[in-house]
Amino acid sequence: MLQQLNRWVRHVPVWAVWLLGSIPLGLLAWDTLQGQLGVDPVRDIEHRLGRTAIYFLLATLAVTPLLRLTRLNLMRFRQALGLICFSYAACHLAAWVVFDMAFLWTQMLGDVAKRPYLVFGMLGFVMLLALAVTSNRFSIRRMGARWRQLHRLVYPAAILAAVHWLWALKVWESWPLTILVAVLVLLGLRLLRKTPRAGPMTVARRPG
Amino acid sequence: ALGLGGKPSGLSTDETPNSFEDITNYNNFYEFGTGKTDPAQYAGSLKTAPWSVQIDGMVDRPGSYGVEDLTPEAALEERVYRLRCVEGWSMVIPWLGVPLAGVLGKAGVQPGAKYVAFRTLHDPEQMPGQRSRVIDWPYREGLRLDEAMHPLTILATGLYGRVLPNQNGAPIRLVVPWKYGFKSIKSLVSITLTDKQPQTSWQMLQPGEYGFYANVNPQVDHPRWSQATERRIGSGLFGGRQETLMFNGYGDQVAGLYAGMDLAKHY
Repeated sequence: MLQQLNRWVRHVPVWAVWLLGSIPLGLLAWDTLQGQLGVDPVRDIEHRLGRTAIYFLLATLAVTPLLRLTRLNLMRFRQALGLICFSYAACHLAAWVVFDMAFLWTQMLGDVAKRPYLVFGMLGFVMLLALAVTSNRFSIRRMGARWRQLHRLVYPAAILAAVHWLWALKVWESWPLTILVAVLVLLGLRLLRKTPRAGPMTVARRPG
Repeated sequence: ALGLGGKPSGLSTDETPNSFEDITNYNNFYEFGTGKTDPAQYAGSLKTAPWSVQIDGMVDRPGSYGVEDLTPEAALEERVYRLRCVEGWSMVIPWLGVPLAGVLGKAGVQPGAKYVAFRTLHDPEQMPGQRSRVIDWPYREGLRLDEAMHPLTILATGLYGRVLPNQNGAPIRLVVPWKYGFKSIKSLVSITLTDKQPQTSWQMLQPGEYGFYANVNPQVDHPRWSQATERRIGSGLFGGRQETLMFNGYGDQVAGLYAGMDLAKHY
Protein backbone atom coordinates (compact mmCIF):
# COMPACT_ATOMS: atom_id res chain seq x y z
CA MET A 1 0.00 0.00 0.00
CA LEU A 2 2.66 2.47 1.07
CA GLN A 3 4.99 1.22 -1.62
CA GLN A 4 2.28 1.81 -4.15
CA LEU A 5 1.72 5.30 -2.81
CA ASN A 6 5.41 6.08 -2.95
CA ARG A 7 5.57 4.74 -6.49
CA TRP A 8 2.64 6.95 -7.46
CA VAL A 9 4.24 9.96 -5.75
CA ARG A 10 7.35 9.43 -7.83
CA HIS A 11 5.31 10.06 -10.96
CA VAL A 12 4.01 13.40 -9.71
CA PRO A 13 6.12 16.10 -11.31
CA VAL A 14 7.56 18.80 -9.09
CA TRP A 15 5.83 21.49 -11.13
CA ALA A 16 2.53 20.10 -9.86
CA VAL A 17 3.56 21.28 -6.39
CA TRP A 18 4.31 24.73 -7.79
CA LEU A 19 0.90 24.70 -9.43
CA LEU A 20 -0.71 23.77 -6.12
CA GLY A 21 1.34 26.47 -4.39
CA SER A 22 0.10 29.13 -6.76
CA ILE A 23 -3.58 28.47 -5.99
CA PRO A 24 -3.70 30.67 -2.83
CA LEU A 25 -2.07 33.51 -4.77
CA GLY A 26 -4.54 33.08 -7.61
CA LEU A 27 -7.49 33.13 -5.20
CA LEU A 28 -6.11 36.24 -3.53
CA ALA A 29 -5.65 37.99 -6.88
CA TRP A 30 -9.17 36.97 -7.88
CA ASP A 31 -10.69 38.25 -4.63
CA THR A 32 -8.74 41.49 -4.96
CA LEU A 33 -9.86 42.14 -8.52
CA GLN A 34 -13.46 41.21 -7.67
CA GLY A 35 -13.45 43.55 -4.66
CA GLN A 36 -14.23 40.61 -2.38
CA LEU A 37 -11.60 41.40 0.24
CA GLY A 38 -13.95 43.41 2.38
CA VAL A 39 -13.55 46.76 4.03
CA ASP A 40 -9.77 46.69 4.48
CA PRO A 41 -8.14 44.95 1.49
CA VAL A 42 -4.63 45.99 2.61
CA ARG A 43 -4.91 44.03 5.81
CA ASP A 44 -6.46 41.02 4.09
CA ILE A 45 -3.78 40.81 1.40
CA GLU A 46 -0.94 41.20 3.91
CA HIS A 47 -2.35 38.67 6.35
CA ARG A 48 -3.38 36.06 3.79
CA LEU A 49 0.09 36.11 2.22
CA GLY A 50 1.73 35.77 5.65
CA ARG A 51 -0.54 32.91 6.69
CA THR A 52 0.04 31.06 3.42
CA ALA A 53 3.82 31.42 3.85
CA ILE A 54 3.66 29.81 7.28
CA TYR A 55 1.40 26.98 6.07
CA PHE A 56 3.97 26.08 3.41
CA LEU A 57 6.72 26.33 6.01
CA LEU A 58 4.79 23.75 8.06
CA ALA A 59 4.46 21.55 4.98
CA THR A 60 8.21 21.80 4.37
CA LEU A 61 8.94 20.86 7.97
CA ALA A 62 6.52 17.95 7.80
CA VAL A 63 8.38 16.14 5.02
CA THR A 64 11.11 14.59 7.16
CA PRO A 65 8.90 13.40 10.07
CA LEU A 66 6.45 12.01 7.53
CA LEU A 67 9.22 9.95 5.97
CA ARG A 68 10.46 8.71 9.34
CA LEU A 69 7.10 7.95 10.87
CA THR A 70 5.10 6.71 7.89
CA ARG A 71 7.80 6.00 5.29
CA LEU A 72 5.87 8.22 2.89
CA ASN A 73 8.58 9.85 0.80
CA LEU A 74 7.90 13.40 -0.29
CA MET A 75 11.54 14.48 -0.25
CA ARG A 76 11.46 15.38 -3.94
CA PHE A 77 8.97 18.11 -3.23
CA ARG A 78 10.66 19.65 -0.24
CA GLN A 79 12.73 22.17 -2.14
CA ALA A 80 9.66 23.40 -4.03
CA LEU A 81 7.62 23.61 -0.80
CA GLY A 82 10.38 25.66 0.83
CA LEU A 83 10.68 27.98 -2.13
CA ILE A 84 6.91 28.47 -2.28
CA CYS A 85 6.99 29.35 1.41
CA PHE A 86 9.74 31.88 0.72
CA SER A 87 7.82 33.36 -2.23
CA TYR A 88 4.78 33.99 -0.04
CA ALA A 89 6.96 35.45 2.71
CA ALA A 90 8.50 37.82 0.14
CA CYS A 91 5.03 38.83 -1.11
CA HIS A 92 3.89 39.33 2.50
CA LEU A 93 6.85 41.64 3.14
CA ALA A 94 6.25 43.47 -0.15
CA ALA A 95 2.57 43.99 0.76
CA TRP A 96 3.68 45.52 4.05
CA VAL A 97 6.15 47.85 2.35
CA VAL A 98 3.90 48.91 -0.53
CA PHE A 99 0.30 48.80 0.70
CA ASP A 100 0.51 48.99 4.47
CA MET A 101 3.48 51.32 5.03
CA ALA A 102 3.33 53.04 1.60
CA PHE A 103 7.13 53.30 1.39
CA LEU A 104 7.51 55.31 4.61
CA TRP A 105 11.12 54.14 4.87
CA THR A 106 12.05 56.08 8.00
CA GLN A 107 9.12 54.72 9.98
CA MET A 108 9.66 51.21 8.59
CA LEU A 109 13.36 51.11 9.45
CA GLY A 110 12.67 52.53 12.90
CA ASP A 111 9.94 49.94 13.45
CA VAL A 112 12.00 47.00 12.19
CA ALA A 113 14.81 48.02 14.55
CA LYS A 114 12.74 48.24 17.72
CA ARG A 115 9.38 46.48 17.44
CA PRO A 116 9.84 42.90 18.64
CA TYR A 117 7.28 41.32 16.32
CA LEU A 118 8.81 43.09 13.32
CA VAL A 119 12.34 42.19 14.46
CA PHE A 120 11.20 38.56 14.67
CA GLY A 121 9.46 38.67 11.30
CA MET A 122 12.38 40.29 9.56
CA LEU A 123 14.93 37.93 11.14
CA GLY A 124 12.85 34.96 10.05
CA PHE A 125 12.61 36.40 6.55
CA VAL A 126 16.38 36.94 6.27
CA MET A 127 16.89 33.30 7.30
CA LEU A 128 14.41 32.09 4.70
CA LEU A 129 16.15 34.29 2.14
CA ALA A 130 19.49 32.63 2.89
CA LEU A 131 17.87 29.21 2.50
CA ALA A 132 16.14 30.16 -0.76
CA VAL A 133 19.31 31.58 -2.28
CA THR A 134 21.27 28.40 -1.46
CA SER A 135 18.51 25.93 -2.32
CA ASN A 136 19.98 25.15 -5.76
CA ARG A 137 22.08 22.05 -6.55
CA PHE A 138 25.14 24.15 -7.23
CA SER A 139 25.13 25.54 -3.66
CA ILE A 140 24.52 22.09 -2.22
CA ARG A 141 27.56 20.68 -4.00
CA ARG A 142 29.66 23.74 -3.39
CA MET A 143 28.91 24.16 0.32
CA GLY A 144 29.14 20.54 1.39
CA ALA A 145 28.66 20.07 5.13
CA ARG A 146 28.17 23.78 5.69
CA TRP A 147 25.00 23.55 3.61
CA ARG A 148 23.38 21.25 6.15
CA GLN A 149 24.41 23.53 8.96
CA LEU A 150 23.03 26.60 7.19
CA HIS A 151 19.74 24.90 6.40
CA ARG A 152 19.11 24.14 10.05
CA LEU A 153 18.10 27.82 10.10
CA VAL A 154 14.68 26.65 9.00
CA TYR A 155 13.99 25.68 12.63
CA PRO A 156 14.57 29.12 14.21
CA ALA A 157 12.91 30.72 11.16
CA ALA A 158 9.73 28.70 11.76
CA ILE A 159 9.60 29.63 15.43
CA LEU A 160 10.27 33.29 14.64
CA ALA A 161 7.51 33.31 12.02
CA ALA A 162 4.94 31.81 14.39
CA VAL A 163 5.89 34.19 17.21
CA HIS A 164 5.82 37.11 14.75
CA TRP A 165 2.20 36.27 14.02
CA LEU A 166 1.20 35.85 17.66
CA TRP A 167 3.00 38.97 18.79
CA ALA A 168 1.37 41.21 16.21
CA LEU A 169 -2.03 40.57 17.83
CA LYS A 170 -3.57 42.32 20.80
CA VAL A 171 -4.77 39.14 22.53
CA TRP A 172 -3.78 35.46 22.49
CA GLU A 173 -5.68 33.98 19.61
CA SER A 174 -6.17 30.25 19.29
CA TRP A 175 -5.32 29.72 15.62
CA PRO A 176 -1.79 31.24 15.62
CA LEU A 177 -1.20 29.49 18.96
CA THR A 178 -2.14 26.20 17.29
CA ILE A 179 0.31 26.97 14.50
CA LEU A 180 3.11 27.65 17.00
CA VAL A 181 2.34 24.34 18.71
CA ALA A 182 2.42 22.59 15.32
CA VAL A 183 5.82 24.12 14.58
CA LEU A 184 7.13 22.97 17.95
CA VAL A 185 5.72 19.46 17.45
CA LEU A 186 7.37 19.18 14.04
CA LEU A 187 10.68 20.32 15.51
CA GLY A 188 10.24 18.09 18.55
CA LEU A 189 9.77 15.03 16.35
CA ARG A 190 13.28 15.64 15.04
CA LEU A 191 14.78 15.69 18.51
CA LEU A 192 13.00 12.45 19.43
CA ARG A 193 14.69 10.40 16.80
CA LYS A 194 17.90 11.61 15.34
CA THR A 195 19.10 9.40 12.57
CA PRO A 196 22.14 10.41 10.54
CA ARG A 197 20.57 9.52 7.23
CA ALA A 198 17.57 11.79 6.87
CA GLY A 199 19.28 15.14 7.11
CA PRO A 200 18.64 18.12 4.85
CA MET A 201 21.02 16.58 2.30
CA THR A 202 18.20 14.46 0.95
CA VAL A 203 16.65 17.57 -0.53
CA ALA A 204 19.19 17.26 -3.32
CA ARG A 205 17.91 13.89 -4.42
CA ARG A 206 16.28 13.72 -7.75
CA PRO A 207 13.74 11.15 -8.82
CA GLY A 208 15.19 7.74 -9.55
CA ALA B 1 -38.42 53.04 13.45
CA LEU B 2 -35.08 52.45 11.85
CA GLY B 3 -34.64 56.04 10.74
CA LEU B 4 -33.25 58.55 13.20
CA GLY B 5 -32.63 62.24 12.86
CA GLY B 6 -30.14 64.47 14.58
CA LYS B 7 -29.36 68.18 14.71
CA PRO B 8 -26.08 69.09 13.01
CA SER B 9 -23.33 70.08 15.42
CA GLY B 10 -20.49 72.57 15.26
CA LEU B 11 -18.29 69.91 16.82
CA SER B 12 -18.47 67.75 13.67
CA THR B 13 -15.51 67.41 11.33
CA ASP B 14 -16.04 68.31 7.69
CA GLU B 15 -14.00 65.27 6.58
CA THR B 16 -15.89 62.79 4.41
CA PRO B 17 -17.37 59.98 6.50
CA ASN B 18 -16.62 56.36 5.73
CA SER B 19 -19.41 54.47 4.05
CA PHE B 20 -22.09 52.73 6.14
CA GLU B 21 -20.70 49.51 4.67
CA ASP B 22 -17.18 50.25 6.01
CA ILE B 23 -18.39 51.31 9.44
CA THR B 24 -20.61 48.28 9.95
CA ASN B 25 -18.31 45.56 8.57
CA TYR B 26 -14.98 46.38 10.19
CA ASN B 27 -15.35 46.31 13.95
CA ASN B 28 -13.43 45.44 17.06
CA PHE B 29 -16.07 44.04 19.40
CA TYR B 30 -14.45 41.01 21.03
CA GLU B 31 -17.76 40.06 22.67
CA PHE B 32 -18.56 38.60 19.23
CA GLY B 33 -15.11 37.36 18.24
CA THR B 34 -11.66 38.80 17.60
CA GLY B 35 -11.96 38.98 13.80
CA LYS B 36 -12.89 42.28 12.17
CA THR B 37 -15.94 40.77 10.49
CA ASP B 38 -17.04 38.62 13.47
CA PRO B 39 -19.22 41.37 15.00
CA ALA B 40 -21.13 41.93 11.73
CA GLN B 41 -21.56 38.18 11.43
CA TYR B 42 -22.51 37.25 14.99
CA ALA B 43 -23.97 40.34 16.70
CA GLY B 44 -27.48 39.41 15.57
CA SER B 45 -27.88 37.37 18.76
CA LEU B 46 -27.79 40.52 20.90
CA LYS B 47 -31.24 41.58 22.07
CA THR B 48 -31.18 45.37 22.27
CA ALA B 49 -34.74 46.11 23.37
CA PRO B 50 -35.83 46.56 26.04
CA TRP B 51 -32.54 47.90 27.38
CA SER B 52 -31.76 49.92 30.42
CA VAL B 53 -28.63 51.39 31.89
CA GLN B 54 -27.95 51.23 35.60
CA ILE B 55 -26.58 54.56 36.85
CA ASP B 56 -25.27 54.36 40.38
CA GLY B 57 -22.46 55.23 42.76
CA MET B 58 -22.06 58.85 43.75
CA VAL B 59 -25.26 60.17 42.20
CA ASP B 60 -28.37 61.75 43.71
CA ARG B 61 -30.81 59.67 41.69
CA PRO B 62 -29.38 56.19 41.18
CA GLY B 63 -31.46 53.73 39.22
CA SER B 64 -32.19 51.91 36.06
CA TYR B 65 -32.75 54.28 33.14
CA GLY B 66 -34.34 53.23 29.85
CA VAL B 67 -32.36 54.08 26.72
CA GLU B 68 -35.33 56.09 25.40
CA ASP B 69 -35.25 58.26 28.52
CA LEU B 70 -31.48 58.86 28.39
CA THR B 71 -31.38 59.64 24.68
CA PRO B 72 -34.80 60.90 23.53
CA GLU B 73 -34.91 61.18 19.77
CA ALA B 74 -35.64 64.90 19.91
CA ALA B 75 -32.36 65.50 21.71
CA LEU B 76 -30.13 63.64 19.25
CA GLU B 77 -27.31 65.48 17.53
CA GLU B 78 -25.28 64.34 14.59
CA ARG B 79 -21.58 64.30 15.46
CA VAL B 80 -19.22 63.45 12.62
CA TYR B 81 -16.09 62.32 14.45
CA ARG B 82 -12.74 60.84 13.51
CA LEU B 83 -12.13 57.47 15.14
CA ARG B 84 -8.52 56.33 15.64
CA CYS B 85 -7.98 52.71 16.64
CA VAL B 86 -4.99 51.81 18.77
CA GLU B 87 -4.08 49.33 16.00
CA GLY B 88 -3.16 52.17 13.64
CA TRP B 89 -6.21 52.60 11.42
CA SER B 90 -8.88 55.27 11.38
CA MET B 91 -12.35 56.10 10.08
CA VAL B 92 -14.74 59.05 10.08
CA ILE B 93 -18.15 58.22 11.53
CA PRO B 94 -21.40 60.23 11.60
CA TRP B 95 -22.73 59.34 15.04
CA LEU B 96 -26.11 60.23 16.45
CA GLY B 97 -26.13 60.82 20.16
CA VAL B 98 -26.37 63.11 23.15
CA PRO B 99 -23.66 64.63 25.33
CA LEU B 100 -22.83 62.34 28.25
CA ALA B 101 -22.79 65.43 30.49
CA GLY B 102 -26.55 65.79 30.11
CA VAL B 103 -27.16 62.14 30.96
CA LEU B 104 -25.00 62.38 34.07
CA GLY B 105 -26.88 65.58 34.94
CA LYS B 106 -30.16 63.61 34.99
CA ALA B 107 -28.73 61.31 37.63
CA GLY B 108 -27.24 64.20 39.60
CA VAL B 109 -23.48 63.85 40.09
CA GLN B 110 -22.45 64.30 43.71
CA PRO B 111 -19.60 66.70 44.58
CA GLY B 112 -17.13 64.00 45.65
CA ALA B 113 -17.27 62.06 42.37
CA LYS B 114 -14.04 62.12 40.36
CA TYR B 115 -14.38 59.28 37.86
CA VAL B 116 -16.98 57.46 35.80
CA ALA B 117 -16.83 53.68 35.35
CA PHE B 118 -18.62 51.97 32.45
CA ARG B 119 -19.54 48.35 31.81
CA THR B 120 -20.72 46.37 28.80
CA LEU B 121 -23.35 43.64 29.04
CA HIS B 122 -21.97 40.29 30.21
CA ASP B 123 -24.06 37.48 28.76
CA PRO B 124 -22.29 34.73 26.79
CA GLU B 125 -25.69 33.56 25.51
CA GLN B 126 -26.12 36.79 23.60
CA MET B 127 -22.42 37.55 23.20
CA PRO B 128 -20.78 34.28 22.08
CA GLY B 129 -17.27 35.81 22.06
CA GLN B 130 -17.47 35.97 25.84
CA ARG B 131 -17.17 32.17 25.98
CA SER B 132 -13.54 32.71 25.08
CA ARG B 133 -11.48 34.25 27.86
CA VAL B 134 -9.45 36.65 25.76
CA ILE B 135 -10.59 39.42 28.11
CA ASP B 136 -11.71 39.32 31.74
CA TRP B 137 -15.41 39.99 31.06
CA PRO B 138 -17.37 42.17 31.40
CA TYR B 139 -15.61 44.81 29.33
CA ARG B 140 -14.85 47.79 31.53
CA GLU B 141 -13.89 51.35 30.75
CA GLY B 142 -13.54 54.60 32.64
CA LEU B 143 -13.09 58.34 32.29
CA ARG B 144 -12.07 61.12 34.61
CA LEU B 145 -15.17 63.18 35.46
CA ASP B 146 -13.93 66.24 33.50
CA GLU B 147 -13.37 64.02 30.44
CA ALA B 148 -16.86 62.55 30.85
CA MET B 149 -18.41 66.03 31.14
CA HIS B 150 -16.56 67.37 28.08
CA PRO B 151 -18.92 68.46 25.30
CA LEU B 152 -17.19 66.15 22.78
CA THR B 153 -18.03 63.06 24.85
CA ILE B 154 -21.32 61.53 23.76
CA LEU B 155 -23.51 58.50 24.23
CA ALA B 156 -24.43 57.35 20.73
CA THR B 157 -27.55 55.43 19.74
CA GLY B 158 -27.29 55.76 15.99
CA LEU B 159 -25.13 56.41 12.98
CA TYR B 160 -25.80 57.57 9.44
CA GLY B 161 -29.34 58.48 10.35
CA ARG B 162 -30.13 54.96 11.49
CA VAL B 163 -30.47 53.11 14.76
CA LEU B 164 -27.05 51.86 15.85
CA PRO B 165 -26.33 48.43 14.31
CA ASN B 166 -25.55 45.74 16.89
CA GLN B 167 -21.95 45.35 15.74
CA ASN B 168 -21.34 49.04 16.47
CA GLY B 169 -22.41 48.77 20.09
CA ALA B 170 -26.20 48.87 20.11
CA PRO B 171 -28.31 50.08 21.65
CA ILE B 172 -26.15 52.65 23.42
CA ARG B 173 -22.41 53.25 23.48
CA LEU B 174 -19.85 55.80 24.52
CA VAL B 175 -17.90 57.87 21.98
CA VAL B 176 -14.77 59.75 23.08
CA PRO B 177 -13.17 60.95 19.84
CA TRP B 178 -9.77 62.09 21.16
CA LYS B 179 -8.99 58.70 22.69
CA TYR B 180 -8.18 55.36 21.07
CA GLY B 181 -11.31 53.53 19.99
CA PHE B 182 -11.21 50.94 22.76
CA LYS B 183 -12.15 53.65 25.29
CA SER B 184 -15.49 54.10 23.53
CA ILE B 185 -17.22 51.19 25.27
CA LYS B 186 -20.14 49.50 23.53
CA SER B 187 -23.53 48.09 24.57
CA LEU B 188 -23.47 49.89 27.90
CA VAL B 189 -25.37 48.47 30.86
CA SER B 190 -23.83 50.36 33.75
CA ILE B 191 -22.43 53.78 34.60
CA THR B 192 -20.96 54.26 38.07
CA LEU B 193 -19.75 57.53 39.56
CA THR B 194 -16.84 57.00 41.90
CA ASP B 195 -13.98 58.78 43.64
CA LYS B 196 -11.40 56.14 42.63
CA GLN B 197 -9.84 55.57 39.23
CA PRO B 198 -11.74 52.57 37.86
CA GLN B 199 -10.15 49.46 36.38
CA THR B 200 -10.33 49.28 32.60
CA SER B 201 -10.23 46.07 30.55
CA TRP B 202 -7.22 46.71 28.36
CA GLN B 203 -5.17 48.12 31.20
CA MET B 204 -6.04 45.03 33.27
CA LEU B 205 -4.89 42.82 30.38
CA GLN B 206 -1.66 44.61 29.42
CA PRO B 207 -0.83 47.50 31.76
CA GLY B 208 2.47 48.13 29.96
CA GLU B 209 0.69 48.66 26.67
CA TYR B 210 -2.65 50.27 27.50
CA GLY B 211 -3.10 53.02 30.04
CA PHE B 212 -6.15 54.52 31.71
CA TYR B 213 -6.01 57.69 29.59
CA ALA B 214 -5.33 56.17 26.13
CA ASN B 215 -5.33 59.59 24.48
CA VAL B 216 -4.42 59.46 20.80
CA ASN B 217 -0.79 60.57 20.81
CA PRO B 218 1.59 60.22 17.84
CA GLN B 219 4.58 60.83 20.13
CA VAL B 220 3.89 57.96 22.50
CA ASP B 221 4.18 54.64 20.69
CA HIS B 222 2.48 51.42 21.61
CA PRO B 223 5.38 49.26 22.84
CA ARG B 224 4.90 46.96 19.86
CA TRP B 225 4.09 49.47 17.08
CA SER B 226 4.42 53.11 16.17
CA GLN B 227 1.48 55.47 16.61
CA ALA B 228 2.98 58.19 14.38
CA THR B 229 0.80 57.41 11.38
CA GLU B 230 -2.48 55.74 10.56
CA ARG B 231 -4.20 54.11 7.64
CA ARG B 232 -7.61 55.58 6.74
CA ILE B 233 -9.98 52.70 6.07
CA GLY B 234 -11.69 52.97 2.71
CA SER B 235 -8.79 54.71 0.97
CA GLY B 236 -8.01 51.67 -1.18
CA LEU B 237 -4.89 49.66 -1.85
CA PHE B 238 -2.70 52.68 -2.52
CA GLY B 239 -4.27 55.02 0.02
CA GLY B 240 -1.05 55.11 2.03
CA ARG B 241 -0.81 56.48 5.55
CA GLN B 242 -1.49 59.85 7.10
CA GLU B 243 0.06 61.47 10.12
CA THR B 244 -1.75 60.86 13.36
CA LEU B 245 -2.76 64.10 15.07
CA MET B 246 -2.28 64.83 18.76
CA PHE B 247 -5.54 64.04 20.58
CA ASN B 248 -6.78 62.79 17.18
CA GLY B 249 -7.04 66.39 16.01
CA TYR B 250 -9.18 67.51 18.97
CA GLY B 251 -6.28 69.19 20.80
CA ASP B 252 -7.83 72.68 20.65
CA GLN B 253 -10.80 71.42 22.64
CA VAL B 254 -9.21 68.93 25.04
CA ALA B 255 -5.50 69.68 25.54
CA GLY B 256 -6.42 71.84 28.54
CA LEU B 257 -7.71 68.77 30.39
CA TYR B 258 -4.16 67.44 30.57
CA ALA B 259 -2.22 70.63 31.30
CA GLY B 260 0.90 69.82 33.32
CA MET B 261 0.52 66.05 32.91
CA ASP B 262 3.32 63.90 31.53
CA LEU B 263 1.44 62.10 28.76
CA ALA B 264 4.28 59.62 28.20
CA LYS B 265 3.75 58.48 31.78
CA HIS B 266 -0.04 58.75 31.76
CA TYR B 267 -0.53 57.02 28.40
